[in-house]
Amino acid sequence: MNATREIPGTTLFDGTQARKGYALNKMCYSFNAAANREAFKADEEGYCSKFGLNDAQRHAIRERNVLKLIAAGGNVYYLAKFAGIFGLDVQDLGAQQTGMTKDQFKAKLLAAGRN
Amino acid sequence: MATLVGGITTSHVPAIGRAIARDLQGDPYFKPFFDGFPPVHAWLDRVKPDVAVVLYNDHGLNFFLDKMPTFAVGAASEYRNADEGWGIPVVPPFRGELDLSWHLIESLIGEDFDLTTCQEMLVDHAFTLPMVLLWPGRAAWPVSTVPVCINTVQFPLPSARRCWQLGQSIGRAIQSWDTDKRVVVVGTGGLSHQLDGERAGFINKDFDLKFMDSLVDDPTWATRYSITDLVELTGTQGVELLMWLATRGTLSAVVRKVHASYHIPISNTAAGLMVLENAV
Repeated sequence: MNATREIPGTTLFDGTQARKGYALNKMCYSFNAAANREAFKADEEGYCSKFGLNDAQRHAIRERNVLKLIAAGGNVYYLAKFAGIFGLDVQDLGAQQTGMTKDQFKAKLLAAGRN
Repeated sequence: MATLVGGITTSHVPAIGRAIARDLQGDPYFKPFFDGFPPVHAWLDRVKPDVAVVLYNDHGLNFFLDKMPTFAVGAASEYRNADEGWGIPVVPPFRGELDLSWHLIESLIGEDFDLTTCQEMLVDHAFTLPMVLLWPGRAAWPVSTVPVCINTVQFPLPSARRCWQLGQSIGRAIQSWDTDKRVVVVGTGGLSHQLDGERAGFINKDFDLKFMDSLVDDPTWATRYSITDLVELTGTQGVELLMWLATRGTLSAVVRKVHASYHIPISNTAAGLMVLENAV
């Protein structure tokens, strides 16, 4: 595997990202449990502190900004559990990351089937 | 010895679970996908497997980054699903097939695969949704199971070549299991899709269709690609085709295509389905 090769618009979740994002991903992994999702909703800042998130991670959590969460080391499988707290699915995430409305993003996928 | 009845490969998109929960199988958006399954049900009724070996990738239900095995084999008497954080219904537990689990573990380690073995293991949607699709509306699962989990979360991932070899080794293990039971291999994931980054929504129909054809006629075709190549060609989650490749690896050199269907999109994903059985 060529570690230096870049794929546009894509961050491979490699060792660098896994190191950077450990606290953030661990917090998001905790959202598998409903009680933890409720605890986050009750006190977002306190919950982030409990897991030791850094400033960039806290900021991205506060903004619900997926690209910033990925830049801060987030892995999409764990971030999906964070998004689930707000009832967002992967098409909501896709729309946000590509700067589209959800309808535009869905239309893009439908178009891919017609090509 | 056990009979390996064939391999089934299918996508495992969470939206499928939401559609089933809301009874939307006939909805125009989902119908083309669900319409692929009746021929598979008919095939299952004919070949009557007793055991399913399910090759899948965990998405952060059982495994976290604290311990991330490349290849993990379940060795539990029961496997449970659980809340994954975004609300698809939890399904009834699955019976394990402990004799096959340990036979697989001994055979695979004997062939130099350094496995993680799990006597407790939660199974996520990548395991449960294919089971619901293959055996819908059952009060109890008609097969016992052995989960085999392949890491697609944290890079470096095992190569396509290695997953092919894993499949071959699993196939040999099943064929040498001293029993009269009938075993089906189920591989879940893919096909092309990407959830993360500005490239989210990436789909590659040409590659997917070529890959599906290759599984019939030229099964090692995809092993020429590195993981980075596969991410570029199929998306960050499209690499789940590794489970399809491993499933094909369990089968003989010559296979017969029983069924194939392909539909874009289900959620962000090009959804594929194939059934292959040994020709000889």
